[in-house]
Amino acid sequence: MQLDEFFVTGEPLIYIGMAAIVLVSGTILFVLTYFKKWKWLWAEWLTTVDHKKIGVMYILLSLAMMFRAGVDAMMMRLQLAFPDMNFLNSQHYSEVFTTHGTIMILFVAMPFLIGLMNYVVPLQIGARDFAFPFVNALSFWSTFFGAMLFNISFVIGGAPDAGWTNYAPLAGSELSPGPGINYYLLGLQLSGIGTLATGINLMVTILRMRAPGMSLFKMPIFTWSTLITSFIIIFAFPILTVALALMTIDRIFGSHIFTLTGEGLPMMWANLFWMWGHPEVYIVILPAFGIFSEIISAFAQKQLFGYKTMVWAIILIAGLSFVVWVHHFFTMGAGAFVNSIFSITTMAIAIPTGVKIFNWLATIYKSKIIFGTPMMWSLAFIPSFTIGGVTGVMLGMAAADYQFHNSYFLVSHFHYVLIPGTIFACFAGLIYWFPKMFGFQLNRKLNIWAFWLFLIGFHVTFFPQYFLGLDGMARRLFTIGPEWFTLNFISTAGAFVMGAGFAVFVYCIVYSYFKSTRDLPGDVWGVGRTLEWATPTPVPKYNFATLPDVKSHDALIDMKEDGETTFDEDKLESIHMPNYTGQPFIMTAIMFFASFFLVFEWITLASIGLIGIIVMMYVRSFDYDGGYHIGVDEISKIENSLRGHDNE
Amino acid sequence: MSENVHNNVPLEYSTDEGQNSIIGFWIFLAAEISLFATLFATYAVLFSRTADAMEPAELFQPGIVLVMTVLLLTSSFTCGLAIHFMRQGSLKGTQILLGITLLLGMTFIGFEIYEFIHYVSEGVTLQSSAYWSAFYILAGTHGIHVMVGIGWMIGIIIQLFQHGLTAFTARKVFIVGLYWHFLDVIWIFIFTGVYLIGMVV
Ligand code: HEM
Ligand SMILES: [Cu+2]
Repeated sequence: MQLDEFFVTGEPLIYIGMAAIVLVSGTILFVLTYFKKWKWLWAEWLTTVDHKKIGVMYILLSLAMMFRAGVDAMMMRLQLAFPDMNFLNSQHYSEVFTTHGTIMILFVAMPFLIGLMNYVVPLQIGARDFAFPFVNALSFWSTFFGAMLFNISFVIGGAPDAGWTNYAPLAGSELSPGPGINYYLLGLQLSGIGTLATGINLMVTILRMRAPGMSLFKMPIFTWSTLITSFIIIFAFPILTVALALMTIDRIFGSHIFTLTGEGLPMMWANLFWMWGHPEVYIVILPAFGIFSEIISAFAQKQLFGYKTMVWAIILIAGLSFVVWVHHFFTMGAGAFVNSIFSITTMAIAIPTGVKIFNWLATIYKSKIIFGTPMMWSLAFIPSFTIGGVTGVMLGMAAADYQFHNSYFLVSHFHYVLIPGTIFACFAGLIYWFPKMFGFQLNRKLNIWAFWLFLIGFHVTFFPQYFLGLDGMARRLFTIGPEWFTLNFISTAGAFVMGAGFAVFVYCIVYSYFKSTRDLPGDVWGVGRTLEWATPTPVPKYNFATLPDVKSHDALIDMKEDGETTFDEDKLESIHMPNYTGQPFIMTAIMFFASFFLVFEWITLASIGLIGIIVMMYVRSFDYDGGYHIGVDEISKIENSLRGHDNE
Repeated sequence: MSENVHNNVPLEYSTDEGQNSIIGFWIFLAAEISLFATLFATYAVLFSRTADAMEPAELFQPGIVLVMTVLLLTSSFTCGLAIHFMRQGSLKGTQILLGITLLLGMTFIGFEIYEFIHYVSEGVTLQSSAYWSAFYILAGTHGIHVMVGIGWMIGIIIQLFQHGLTAFTARKVFIVGLYWHFLDVIWIFIFTGVYLIGMVV
């Protein structure tokens, strides 16, 4: 293979990308070396098994990926605002919308939410860590390396270009030869394994490691939504695993599952993809609902209205999410009967969703709202998301969908649910729990700027797209006719306002790092209702010195009434901790290289990688490291200093 | 907040760590069911799509798959016995029965490899048609699982030599046992859903 087949050549924009990668990695290497931070990086982060640090790394990964996929979005919007400028050609445009969609769903929404779950769930239920801290680290690193594998595609070998849905036969080896689609298949496979492991890990953690007295219906609502989400992950992700594996085998080893030749069935891909894909959109929305529920009840200073119906609504949505997948291809000829069934199940999802909307409204009804910044995002979510949901029901009417399908109306629908739903929740949740994570508040003024820019930018970008869709503009077009110019231009203007909002958000984090005061109380916002706010800030590495008896789903409210804390000197016992280990990082790094070789169909090298993975699994199996204990004295010392008493 | 020790339960359940791992593994098996269900669904959808290749009825022979079935079912039985001996505290018994399970599993894999080679020599390969792709991938995925199980079991037998029966090793034996029984159940579906139906249709 020639070097110029290996690296992508001839595209100025991609040269800029390469330069940026070299520059950024060079800077990181330089900074790490200059400040002698290599050892620190390895000892504190790369080998950690602490759910709090892993959660932080997930969120950092997600923010970086949001930048990458955001640049993709800006490029598409530029192209559509000035279609005659030939900023992107059709091939390049296809690559950009593919990477944008895939990254946003799998490497932004998923890691952000899983990062928040990582950090928050053990704290909400009074656990010391996940049930399987080692596996948790493995999950993170496989997500990380999956993301890296997917991201290098545009400079090495060429990016995938068949859309985030990667439909066969277009994505098959006849019509899309070369490494591009392989990157998609293996990048998602690698991160998907991590996600599945996280689902199992979270489920065991929540089922088995709750504080005394916390029965299922006394769990905080975010923990509930996480439990149900992990249920969906456990049943949906294996479908993706199989679908990706089948297409990989089709492409690399010549089987005929999805091919046009050999009596393969391309339609089977669409089915498998959406049997995972629709549950997936609920995987990214249910935790968001949980976050909003927490924030709304905290800042409305009221118990969440209809806690039990909220839980049942989540469960119902999760169940229904498995039986609606055909609505993604009503137009592909399943027939009137099948379409009708799936039309009904689809619209049925709107019922529990509506219940939740009314519960949030009832929670804020006649309450004394504190307009903290997380609350602003949550309040903006309700009406914006409702627009997305209502248009979803419109799409769910099979007959009407023949008109809307694959138009900008659809594009607008899913952005209206994913951005006000998932992305607002990620921002709201990050701002809400940020002081717990890092020990300082985010600057309120900058946050409000980011909020308004993002919110206004969002509506300006996507509201016109509904009308573009109704005017007949199809999705994934790289060039457009004059009748669509005006609305596209407005949309692009909005996109840049959103981009500015994101920039301010990131700037706000940097600014606050330097300017904010430290030394915060445990219940940072003063409105906390759940156990995570009972810990001191910053949270000690073992989380809870002692646990209270939980009496309701607002555990902290009860504790305050009874004057309890998570540091009861009489109940102290030594705490068992796992040791840090480099194995997860090394194992997934080997997987990264094995997958990379497979992308280029270098079978021998990939097999060597496979052997490496097996060796690492054996190393793990024979590792009997039992961890260590933190003694009572040390716990006392840590708690006293964090809680600001002197040593009593 | 440190590890609790539970009495009056089998050794593998005696620590929180052990209980968590076992429940976690059950949940993992749920995911595996989803995985195999997807493969079975794909196989069913692609059934009879043999293109120009041979029909399964011309190729499948009842004899060899029946032998394979007996081998795997027996291995499941011996694996159950291994757990039985473990519960009685017999390290030797556990190791011997795991060893027998291992041998039966290896023989099963030997037969499966032979079977695949035979089919390939008849000109039916992964690339022959959609049906045969689905067949090889479904049966092969099961086969790979069995091979993983074998490698895993070898590791655990060695660990039993190193550490004897402790809460930690007992948990490992129990979990590999769950895995092995699960593969047996999947095989039953392959035997009936793939081979028996393939022979008559
Ligand atoms: C009331 C709830 C909802 C209903 C009834 C609904 C309905 C639909 C329908 C019928 C389609 C297919 C339209 C077509 O292709 O022509 C669709 C597409 C989509 N929806 Fe929804 N939806 C709902 C909520 C959500 C939520 C909460 C999310 C994610 C957070 C979401 C994300 C998506 C995505 C990503 C697509 C399209 C993906 C693509 O084709 O690339 N939807 N929705
Ligand atoms: Cu859907």
